[in-house]
Amino acid sequence: MPVTMPHMGHLYIPLKTMLEYVGLEVIVPPLCSKRTLSLGTQNSPEFACLPLKINLGNFLEARELGADTIVMAGGLGPCRFGYYAQIQREILRDLGVDMKMVILEPPDTSMRHLFEDIRLLANGHSWFTILQAIRVAWYKARAIDLVEMKLQEIRPREQQPGGADKIFERFLRDVEKVNQKSHIYQMAEDVIAEMEGLPQIECYEPVRIAIVGEIYTVLEPFVNLNMEKHLGRMGVAVRRSIYLSEWINDHIFKGILPLKSNKVVRKLARPYLNHFVGGHGWETVGSTVEHAQLGFDGVIQVAPLTCMPEIVAQTILPRVSNDKDIPVMTIYVDEQTGEAGLITRLEAFVDLIKRKKQLKKEVMNT
Amino acid sequence: MRVYLGIDVGSVSTNLVVMDERREILHSLYLRTQGQPIRTVKQGLVKLQALLDDRYEISGVGTTGSARNLTAVIVGADTVKNEITAHAVAAAHLVPDVQTVLEIGGQDSKIIILRNGVISDFAMNTVCAAGTGSFLDQQAARLGIPVEEFGKLALQAENPVRIAGRCSVFAESDMIHKQQMGHSLPDIIAGLCEALVRNYLNNVGKGKEILSPIVFQGGVAANAGMRQAFSRALGTEVIVPEHFGVMGALGAAILAQETVRQKGNTNFRGMSLVDQEFTTRSFECSGCANACEVIEISMDGQPLARWGDRCGKWENSLSASLKIS
Repeated sequence: MPVTMPHMGHLYIPLKTMLEYVGLEVIVPPLCSKRTLSLGTQNSPEFACLPLKINLGNFLEARELGADTIVMAGGLGPCRFGYYAQIQREILRDLGVDMKMVILEPPDTSMRHLFEDIRLLANGHSWFTILQAIRVAWYKARAIDLVEMKLQEIRPREQQPGGADKIFERFLRDVEKVNQKSHIYQMAEDVIAEMEGLPQIECYEPVRIAIVGEIYTVLEPFVNLNMEKHLGRMGVAVRRSIYLSEWINDHIFKGILPLKSNKVVRKLARPYLNHFVGGHGWETVGSTVEHAQLGFDGVIQVAPLTCMPEIVAQTILPRVSNDKDIPVMTIYVDEQTGEAGLITRLEAFVDLIKRKKQLKKEVMNT
Repeated sequence: MRVYLGIDVGSVSTNLVVMDERREILHSLYLRTQGQPIRTVKQGLVKLQALLDDRYEISGVGTTGSARNLTAVIVGADTVKNEITAHAVAAAHLVPDVQTVLEIGGQDSKIIILRNGVISDFAMNTVCAAGTGSFLDQQAARLGIPVEEFGKLALQAENPVRIAGRCSVFAESDMIHKQQMGHSLPDIIAGLCEALVRNYLNNVGKGKEILSPIVFQGGVAANAGMRQAFSRALGTEVIVPEHFGVMGALGAAILAQETVRQKGNTNFRGMSLVDQEFTTRSFECSGCANACEVIEISMDGQPLARWGDRCGKWENSLSASLKIS
């Protein structure tokens, strides 16, 4: 039973590693493209949010390559995502596409349940092997994040734009193939050194912007129209509120590892938002406060159009922005693939920040 | 006499402004883009050539609008700026203490919040075109009224009817229904203006602190009904500057003047560019799976600029003189 999965940024690399480790044949769907979007939107309810449509497109494209089983995540709380796997299963059945769907419920509801599901998938492998699989997957997720953070730092300083991105893409291809902790981290170290060696603009202090919001649109570059890359080329150093490895640590390892944790971020959301509103709405508010405290110059909130948790956060953000004196802009993404509108908004936002910084400098000098 | 040229190439209209050193507008042109930005810009320049004699020397050029990068390559611009900054710069020049700019153009609408002359916040309509110029154009055409008369009729309304403003499709069906019920035309048009203003304030203006002085600009500011609806909804006067329709171009001209002051000379190709042949072509790069659509602009067969690729392979292959500002 060749297994496939939905795309979300670089998730496919650790997930593929984990599933292959327990002896499954894995078919990664082609990277999200306009075709994925078309296939997904054609067959989805019009009012559903974008992740459902793109993921459905992923499944249909994976089916063409021979996959017959889908590993999909479930969800909880007042975010529609929790129901997506069920809807997708119904849609696939109506289309006459015969695919089995294994839904991994989030560990927040029941850790035991999750492990039982994994056990089922792992067809008879021992717990030792399963834990081993999770560990290797974790190393990869962490290595990818560390390299990507370096990439986000180098992009605005590059003399020849695109060089660091090429190195990163090559790293993604290479890291898929190794399975030993020491190899994975060595590879990451080498790549980071290589990026640092690229010719850079000297003494350049980039504007720093944090991208916060709904996890899928924050992590998937096809959906957010390569926002990070565009910002990088405009001379902006980017940080995200969500990195895959931090998410795994929070939700699967229950925060055992000393990484940035969502518990801290949620606390920072006080007094603006004091409870869970579904999805990542709570974290969006908290991350905005966090990055203001860290001295970032601006925050961009990204979400799929009609995303309820993020709408809640959006209505709160003007107050945070005002109190913490940090500019905030909200970008909703949907089916549009034209990047011009996004670039205009990003440019204007960066302009606003630069003028604000300039003004502050002038005030301080007088 | 040194003059500065600002060009705003938007989806619906292309505006050109010529201003002098004191930032007084000498000439302004309004043309329909009709999907052909290069031809329209050339037409505009030909018209300006007839208006400007040898006493005037174009000493700086700025471009803005959705075709700003393309236009910048063609004319040799000194500055390329997004339309939000350009509109704010123009508004702050004409009304120095402005705190809010409401701008409604052909396909988009935006709100810009300024504090102490600097943009502090902004928003643009995202996926909905309700309330933009195109929709008003379309409704005027459907009712058989010239768009210029449309707004004046609204002022004669005695009892504006309620029209759904959330979506232009709902608005249209609501209008048709009210017409069939026998409501008067002025009442319906005034109701439509109120609905569009409501939609704008709840959608684009959501969560923004709208303080006066408020400047209302963009093509739709010509509409007296919309002006009235805005001042009613906001409970204060809205200022419509004299050159409300070409504010983006004016902003671009001001920015060009600032840039040229700093660097001392202009990149403007000169009016002779109207006789040159500019061509664009696009091709799909086969370098990787991304299959980017690359655009190439050439002057008399010589490539000037390329863009559209994600990796920079084509963009970097020519001397990178014009980067996105």
